Amino acid sequence: MEDKLIRLAVNGRDEAVVIQPLATLQDVLRDKLELNAVKSGCGQGGCGSCSVLVDGELQLSCLTLAERVGDAEVTTLEGLNETNAIVPLQQAFIENYAAQCGYCTAGMVMAAKALLDRNPAPSRDEIVEGLSGNLCRCTGFAPIVRAVQQAAQALSDTGEEAS
Amino acid sequence: MSMKELGVVGRNVGQRDLESHARGQTTYYEDVHYPRMLHLKMHRSAEPHARIVSVDTSAAEASPGVVCVLTHEDLPGKKVWNGLAAVGVGPEDEPILAFDKVRWRGEPIVAVLGESAEAARAGAAKVEVDYDPLPGVFDVEEAISGSLPALTAHWPNNHYIYPDDHGAAQIRFGDVEQGFAEADHIVEDSYQTSPIEQAPMETNGCIAKPGGDGRITVHTNTQAVHFARDNTAAILGIAPGKLRFLGGTVGGGFGGKVDVAVEPISVLAAMRTGRPVKFKYTREEEMQVSSTRSAWRLNIKDGVMDDGRIVARKITSYQDSGAYLRFSSYGSMKHAGHMPGPYTIPNVWVDARVVFTNRPPSSAMRGFGVMAASFAIELQMDKVAKTIGMDPWQLRLLNAYRNGDMRAHRKVNEDAAMVETIQAAAQLAGHELPAEYQAMTSWDRKAS
Amino acid sequence: MAKVRGTGFAAVNYPTGMHLGGDPTQSLIHMTPAGDFVVTMASVDLGQGLRTVLAQIAAETLGVPYESIVVETADTDTGPHCTGTFASRTTHRAGNAVVMAAQEARKAMLEVAGELLEASPEDLETDGDGNIHIKGVAEKSVSVGEVAGAAHFGYGKTIAGRGAYLKPPSPMDPETGECDPDSTQAHACTVVEVEVDTETGMVEVIDMKSVYEVGQQVNPDLVKGQIVGGSWMGIGHALYETTAPGYPAIDPAPVDFQNYLQPGAAEMPDVTCEVLEYPAESGPYGGKGVGEMVTNGPIPAIVNAINNALDVRITQIPVTPEVVLRALDEKKAQAGA
Repeated sequence: MEDKLIRLAVNGRDEAVVIQPLATLQDVLRDKLELNAVKSGCGQGGCGSCSVLVDGELQLSCLTLAERVGDAEVTTLEGLNETNAIVPLQQAFIENYAAQCGYCTAGMVMAAKALLDRNPAPSRDEIVEGLSGNLCRCTGFAPIVRAVQQAAQALSDTGEEAS
Repeated sequence: MSMKELGVVGRNVGQRDLESHARGQTTYYEDVHYPRMLHLKMHRSAEPHARIVSVDTSAAEASPGVVCVLTHEDLPGKKVWNGLAAVGVGPEDEPILAFDKVRWRGEPIVAVLGESAEAARAGAAKVEVDYDPLPGVFDVEEAISGSLPALTAHWPNNHYIYPDDHGAAQIRFGDVEQGFAEADHIVEDSYQTSPIEQAPMETNGCIAKPGGDGRITVHTNTQAVHFARDNTAAILGIAPGKLRFLGGTVGGGFGGKVDVAVEPISVLAAMRTGRPVKFKYTREEEMQVSSTRSAWRLNIKDGVMDDGRIVARKITSYQDSGAYLRFSSYGSMKHAGHMPGPYTIPNVWVDARVVFTNRPPSSAMRGFGVMAASFAIELQMDKVAKTIGMDPWQLRLLNAYRNGDMRAHRKVNEDAAMVETIQAAAQLAGHELPAEYQAMTSWDRKAS
Repeated sequence: MAKVRGTGFAAVNYPTGMHLGGDPTQSLIHMTPAGDFVVTMASVDLGQGLRTVLAQIAAETLGVPYESIVVETADTDTGPHCTGTFASRTTHRAGNAVVMAAQEARKAMLEVAGELLEASPEDLETDGDGNIHIKGVAEKSVSVGEVAGAAHFGYGKTIAGRGAYLKPPSPMDPETGECDPDSTQAHACTVVEVEVDTETGMVEVIDMKSVYEVGQQVNPDLVKGQIVGGSWMGIGHALYETTAPGYPAIDPAPVDFQNYLQPGAAEMPDVTCEVLEYPAESGPYGGKGVGEMVTNGPIPAIVNAINNALDVRITQIPVTPEVVLRALDEKKAQAGA
């Protein structure tokens, strides 16, 4: 099995990368494209720190083969700030102290974005369910749930999208 | 310090890292990317206790993408160490890389350096170790019963020896037997906590990067950069000035990143190869190899009067250190010094033992030595209350330590506010206290 | 009845700093030509907000705006020694070192300001907004930036300070245990309500209320963050977490988050907390420390609540469904005997 050239659409850019066979999307995003917001907390699909969007759907990049992504659009947390402006969801994380060490934060924000994109007015239970694949060891989750509630409220007030 | 009016202390000014966290721009140790970086994976013991008959690294060395392997023979300085040896706690009992024996399942034996993490992992899997298994020691009380062999020559009875040949960290305050003799009730129980993983979202890891000038920069997520640097230098027998340890924000610690577990071997590998070396624990290693919170067993015996006064408390505790010492002797001293909790008891006897077993070495986690003490004491307080038929709030307030009281470690108490804290919690919970208990204060026994 | 409720509580104290002391932290502060200050430490921020808290303490002592403080951490080439981030020691030890360094830097700053204002440094005060003026004469004033410029380019002076905080090591008498173990003690009392399903053994924490006493809080929001996070971790420790479910047997041995169980957002109850402040004589502005103690109250409070709900005597953690059901079986057996 030999290294291989693939093309990926990441954060609106067309990227050509040489990958090893069976390389995961996480390997490519972190190590080849240096998109450091993609964390690697377990490599087992158990923590959600590597969460990204693939064609708008939440995916664990550590369990996704890079080759299989094809021409789907990949969005990492960096993709939310292409114009540098912070989005309401991120602002809500800041205002609610929804991070301490910050290692889970990128995955949390992406999980919350995926939720709000498909359900702009989630109930508390729906938020809890939407974040259930993402672990945080510092905050006790309560500030994160509050941040998502606040972001949903802000979105409904302004009629904007999550990002 | 005099309490003048404060400006910014006491104010909510936010948290400085939050925006970079929310943008995913906070830099952690592994967010630097170096070309030609090697990856280190460890071949670990498959047995909890065994003599090593032979180690064969030839297949690993021939594995595709493997650059080199390191065994105990490659260590230029220490073969065994302890992190507190430099401050006079010892002895150095833990092999950097195992030789002659393994004493826990997961003990490191051979480090394998590969061009990729996958190549290193595949190489490490090809190391062949021939074991002669030995009986395992797992239960703390069995370990010190004399019926099982000693795990190492350092600890003939499988427990740590404190100064003056004491087998435990001790507290001897008053006369506990006299207290029991005078007590109206004796209340006894045993308590057990479990090994618990710190489980930081970011596992232990480092990247050692040779600078080309003879110095090596180590990007690390240690909780203590100087401690990790100085111990790494001591282990390898190199000048500390050759090393720069650089942290950033750590992805959670909780006590799980104090062991200097990854840096020495990574620096050695970087010195050998002249290339950057990354050693990142897998989640499996983080759970079953890195130190857990120690499991503790406590036996508590209280002498209690009909009116609720606790007049004697005797505690024997066993900290399961696993196979090696690490910081356990410190943990048991802190544990003993914490007794008998936030209460003033005139007669206190504590034996806090550090016991060695064939389990992964344990160490610090959030509240080292104290969490288990608080757990056991607060369950014991409920049992005392139930035994004598007293409101558990009143029992705690009656016995709570006051300012000016002599603690069991013979320091006069100051900064106490346990009474006020309990009273406020009772109010918050809607538990009504009689007037005499509402009137108590942490200063009500202090003259002046 | 399948679901029963119970309440429990626990009172805990927690020592500040490494047991027996002997755990120094140092700090260096210098002023830049633009008039801001760099606080250089080797201490490590684990996410608890060390950089924020030390910037607040430095600003308070220097008498300058919080925004003008940069805190550099975790570099052995530049940062003076810190024992490490553990033992609830950083606010206290590093905080005190920063106070000392800031006092020295402030003195140097006021000396230069005194020369500019033709006044004795003792007669000067800072307004915290970036100005230094003669006490009681607000119009006789210079800005911190002007002082910085004068120090660097007019007088060739450093405006800098060094701080080293050490609680001297106290030996522990091996026979009696006599020692001076800590700098101060913080306190907490946690009250919990649980609901236990007597058929499945599942425990749900439905309410948690805590009162903490941590001395002067440097940053109340960050203190609350520790308390809430610790409340959750306490639930994990009390009900779920173990690397050795068959302890003392070494198997089974969980190696992933599917088998090493922790509570999720769904298991987190409403957490109410109140914080009392009894400043500690030894602390920076009276601060004690809160990082570690936050699991210690919730764990026994939860187990006490379970015992209260079921009228059983469970004395181990984690209290898994199996532990609950075994306790109920024992109770039934005893009642039948």
